[in-house]
Amino acid sequence: MGEVRFGQAINLALDESLENDPSVVVFGEDIARPGGPFGVTRGLQAKYGELRVRDTPISEATLVSAAVGAAMSGLKPVVEIMFMDFITLAMDGLVNQAAKARFMFGGQCSVPMVLRTPHGGGLNAGPQHSQCLEAWCAHIPGLKVVVPSNPADAYGLLKAAIADPDPVIFVENKALYAAKGPMEDAPGPLEIGQAHIARPGTDVTVVTYGATVKTALRSAGSLSESGIELEVIDLRSIQPWDEATVLASLSRTHRLIILHEAVTAFGTGAEIAARMADVGFDELDAPIVRVGAPFMPVPFAASLESQYLPDADDLIAAVHKVLA
Amino acid sequence: MTSNSQKRLLGFYERMLLVRECELKLSALFADGEVPGFIHLSVGQEAVAIGVMDALNDSDTIASNHRGHGHAIAKGVDLDSFFLEIMGKQEGICGGRGGSMHVADMSVGMLGANGIVGAGIPLAVGSALAHQVHNTQNIAVAFFGDGALAEGVLHESFNLASLWKLPILFVCENNGWSEFSPTSMQFVAEVRDLATAFKMPSRQVDGNDVSAVADVTAEIVSTIRSNGGPQVLECTTRRVHGHYEGDPQQYRDADELASVSDYDPIVLCEEVLQKMKTAGRDIAAIRTRVADRVSAATDAGRAGTLPSFGHLLADVYTPARGA
Repeated sequence: MGEVRFGQAINLALDESLENDPSVVVFGEDIARPGGPFGVTRGLQAKYGELRVRDTPISEATLVSAAVGAAMSGLKPVVEIMFMDFITLAMDGLVNQAAKARFMFGGQCSVPMVLRTPHGGGLNAGPQHSQCLEAWCAHIPGLKVVVPSNPADAYGLLKAAIADPDPVIFVENKALYAAKGPMEDAPGPLEIGQAHIARPGTDVTVVTYGATVKTALRSAGSLSESGIELEVIDLRSIQPWDEATVLASLSRTHRLIILHEAVTAFGTGAEIAARMADVGFDELDAPIVRVGAPFMPVPFAASLESQYLPDADDLIAAVHKVLA
Repeated sequence: MTSNSQKRLLGFYERMLLVRECELKLSALFADGEVPGFIHLSVGQEAVAIGVMDALNDSDTIASNHRGHGHAIAKGVDLDSFFLEIMGKQEGICGGRGGSMHVADMSVGMLGANGIVGAGIPLAVGSALAHQVHNTQNIAVAFFGDGALAEGVLHESFNLASLWKLPILFVCENNGWSEFSPTSMQFVAEVRDLATAFKMPSRQVDGNDVSAVADVTAEIVSTIRSNGGPQVLECTTRRVHGHYEGDPQQYRDADELASVSDYDPIVLCEEVLQKMKTAGRDIAAIRTRVADRVSAATDAGRAGTLPSFGHLLADVYTPARGA
């Protein structure tokens, strides 16, 4: 297939899922006729019709809860929330309904739905259109949280998410939509919960996901010139997350950094650090360091946002800290 | 000689009495500490659950609320499993993980009671979407109280259902109370005006007259089944017990509270049966059957085992195939 863009890979996964499974339906705000705010769902309504690919009113709470009810009644809905910041409006559907139905009804049903939503800054979209809220979702027993870093993974993980019997939050970093990457001609689905070693290395393990995988790879390239080899682990999903792969890497490098765009405090990195401090304590030659956004809302002005977002310099400083 | 209309009414009477006696038994079990947690009783509102459900099939789906015992029983949840669940037992319909506020039975299209006011409404909308996409004649029904009228998802759901012409019936059980406050002090609009605003037909019915509820629902449901789009049914009724069991209801006027028995749907039904010259032994036989059934369910509930914690983690997510 050659090179495809991140958004195209998602479109392809949706297209094939609609084609192969009549129970798949896709709905969200402006996703059908207009083709989605980032063009990701373009062409799907024309191909699969108004019954299965629908624009919804601006009613996040109801469209997410309706996805739950539909999933309990035999459909596999894939709903889009236009910006991850807007899941705040749909938290009852996610937290109290989707996440709990299987458990609280004694396993009578599962909730095979996917919620796709873009997170992340870089567009100067300001405090209410830029947040990375994935750790909220990962904190809720019953939800799965997937965050792909490249087109091929986005395709494979979305296919897996749609096939998954449980509710999956599929988080797409806005800065990646236009990014290109290689994709095989007939790629299969990936396994949710399995990390990928994006770059092998011997000195420091950097655990990351989503758009900051690129940041880590870039930093690894420049550090390599000075003889420091980073091992970059792309988690692919943060709930469940691949503890075994992280621990095995830590056992080789003995140094661990967790990098994400989300606010550091109480984030995904905190969970991984705490777990590795427990099961990997004997392997550690340095304190575990987290690199993420400062504890503040995402600021608007370009000069402010660029300083807010964790970048290669922040990661390189952390690498020098754990090697000191 | 028992006429068909008498037989129908006797059926309603028996089903309403079953809901009533189950709830009164649960109330007693709760007071004795045999039912943990919170329970919210629908005593006085039985005609709505029984009347509406009379028009539904097993393949129709319902989403209920915290005051949902009547809906569950009327939809056909197995009574022993129902008692076992509410008494927190392993053999309960939800394995003892849900309790009164989360009774569900997917096998009869009961998508769950709900602990969040109004939350069942959009779930039913989604279920109606599934019926529409699957192109069946099935419908979804959302049961909610007047307390849910002020919830945002109700307004969103009315709009979405009407926009998409979904096969759904919205049933408002208007008992006048939003938890501990009169709804008149909480909500300024009328249900029928909301329905009109969202371009849905609506009907109002005396929710204490089981035959009236059943007749009106049957008409509405047949229209919805023939792709007539969503409709709203408002059933006016009375809440006899408190918001939750144990609620002393000090916020209620004594005269208002005393008057609720004048509207008791079971007493009203029995009066009609007597006017129809129904044999006393027929009614007595129903009472005996219901008492025996409730007694058996109570025994079943007591005989259940306390759930063990060991396997709980295995059901947070669907177990992998072959696992």
